[in-house]
Amino acid sequence: MANDTVLDVQELCTHYLTRDGEVKALDDATFELKRGESIGVAGESGCGKSTMAFSLLNQVQPPGEIMSGSIDLDGIEVTDLSEKEARKKIRWNKISMVFQGAMEILTPVYTVGHQMKEPLKYHRGIDGNEAREICEEYLELVNLDGSIFDRYPHELSGGQKQRIIIATSLLLEPNVVILDEPTTALDVVVEARIMNDLKRLRKELDIAMIFITHDLSILAEVSDKLAIMYAGWIVELGSANDIYKDPKHPYTEKLMSAIPDLHTDIDRLEYIPGVPPNLVDPPSGCRFHPRCHKAMEVCREMEPEEYDVDGVKVKCLLYSEDESIAESREATYDTAYDDETVTQEELDEEVPEQVEGETDLSSVG
Amino acid sequence: MAEPLFKARNLTKHFEITQSFFQKLKFSEKQKVRAVDGIDFDIHWKKNFSVVGESGCGKTTIGKLMMLLYEVTDGKMYMKGKDITEIDSKEEMKAYRRTTQIIYQDPFSSLDPRDRIRTILEEPLLIHSLGDTREERTDMIHEALEEVRLTPPEKFLRRYPHMLSGGQKQRVNLARAMILSPDFVVCDEPVSMLDVSVRAEVLNLMKDLIDEEDITYFYITHDISTTRFFTDQIGVMYLGDLVEKGPVSKVLDEPAHPYTQALVVAVPEPEPERGQDIKELPISGEIPEGTNIPSGCRFHPRCPHAEEICSKKEPEAIEVGKDHTAKCHFAGEIDFDYEVVT
Repeated sequence: MANDTVLDVQELCTHYLTRDGEVKALDDATFELKRGESIGVAGESGCGKSTMAFSLLNQVQPPGEIMSGSIDLDGIEVTDLSEKEARKKIRWNKISMVFQGAMEILTPVYTVGHQMKEPLKYHRGIDGNEAREICEEYLELVNLDGSIFDRYPHELSGGQKQRIIIATSLLLEPNVVILDEPTTALDVVVEARIMNDLKRLRKELDIAMIFITHDLSILAEVSDKLAIMYAGWIVELGSANDIYKDPKHPYTEKLMSAIPDLHTDIDRLEYIPGVPPNLVDPPSGCRFHPRCHKAMEVCREMEPEEYDVDGVKVKCLLYSEDESIAESREATYDTAYDDETVTQEELDEEVPEQVEGETDLSSVG
Repeated sequence: MAEPLFKARNLTKHFEITQSFFQKLKFSEKQKVRAVDGIDFDIHWKKNFSVVGESGCGKTTIGKLMMLLYEVTDGKMYMKGKDITEIDSKEEMKAYRRTTQIIYQDPFSSLDPRDRIRTILEEPLLIHSLGDTREERTDMIHEALEEVRLTPPEKFLRRYPHMLSGGQKQRVNLARAMILSPDFVVCDEPVSMLDVSVRAEVLNLMKDLIDEEDITYFYITHDISTTRFFTDQIGVMYLGDLVEKGPVSKVLDEPAHPYTQALVVAVPEPEPERGQDIKELPISGEIPEGTNIPSGCRFHPRCPHAEEICSKKEPEAIEVGKDHTAKCHFAGEIDFDYEVVT
């Protein structure tokens, strides 16, 4: 059903044109979202998660620019809109965003209500008691007392402030809500409670949600789909169930195993050696190959396409059907630290910390 | 059992709230925030101790008390059998601070942006007059950087903090603590601002240093999921009191206090099948202010199992297993029926 899809992103590229060169913060992002569906976007800092969110709002700040691709938001082509049109047509109305560190977003000198009713005032021309009623209704929806409307931000706890921001983002009944690290600064108990609220709201209001975080364990609770991002690429995209059960991309695999488990004793935590690449000059071939534990010779030169593996889209040459690649896959996996992208210092740094059960690199040198 | 490395007995810290002029005129009783309210714990040599709890429960205050950054209101702390609350001379204080170091939460603001890494690492050496010549100090700095795997050290000496990634900055913080070869390091949420993959890397490194450098950590965190890997003993803190303590695997697998049970349930787990359902959280409400600690058991207003006695009588620590105690009237009687999916 075509009209079931509220957001359709095709080959979206957003780059930052800096003095040092073009930062390819988001390359070739393609995904779609149905009404009421949720997608989790995960990756390390600097992988382009937030850039993607800003692109969807057509709010990329200069020197950033959407270079190509299309974003179809409920029938509106977002990339064609001017700043003024975007503000009128899509922001708050069709898509809204809860920012990272939302707790500091409320201005301390105004009451919660004053700030909360702004979208109603500017987009719908609703003010006064009517606006108050609507706000109170939404506050109750996120399990807050309506009387919070008259209080100042400093009187409230972090969890309460975060709930207010979430309520505000829902005010104009958008089709899509983007949540950028919505619970990072909160305690586990509060976090779990807000997550519960979000799960409930998504069902009640039938809103599509995009969760952005670096913490995969939170995403498991709320996402139908998962998009794993690395260095501006979506390296794995598919149903959350499939990916959690059987991660296909080596990066996803590592990211999953870095989550400490509460109920088993472990001696070492797994992690991904090295740092994400500088996106002005990303590594040749696959952008993950310098840090990849399954990298093959061919990964250095050949850029992987998207392969469909059991319904999950994976950007990794391991799944290529090309015969010559399949052959080299058979050969022993060589952790290819590429000298171009990983300097000697990082190499030395990582060698002594090899995780148990992996090939010891010191002999390879 | 050997003498513990660190011992706290009835450790208490109350902060008085400044009164206005009119309140003083009325001689109204001074309000106090009972940040740390009479806690006992032992930390044994090379057995890391972690404290978990929500924000505002007083865990950072304990860390600062241990560093003698705050004066205790009451109680005693012993380091290797020596009473450190009695320290009054400057020399003794300096000597104590050399053996006990602290690492703060935010790697981005705990390093001076205008100093080079060399200057940052040299400062503790100069303060404690270690290393007579510049060359000697350089050697010590090299060694410290190598310890935290920032190699080759020459590359980092001349860099400024903004030229490092978050994980590297936190390792410089670690090096700054290690350079004085301390016995004991207080870590106040050392990895909470780092990415998951980097977090694992830094924790691995810190764990390696336990044996390499004979260090014992006191680990303060709100992230209960990293404690099992990193520490041996755990204390669960609620409103200034350790409500449950014991070996970390025992406490996490068989939590006896309702508050610990709630914390364990609240941890998100990478299990999509179960995740989509709404979790039943056994507790409601938020942590009360430290000025206004509930009577009886301090947890009773939020506790699902609270009965009459809970609001009247403060519970004693009840032994529920070996070295495992919980301050709850019904400790050991409350079933924890949260199934563990493996």
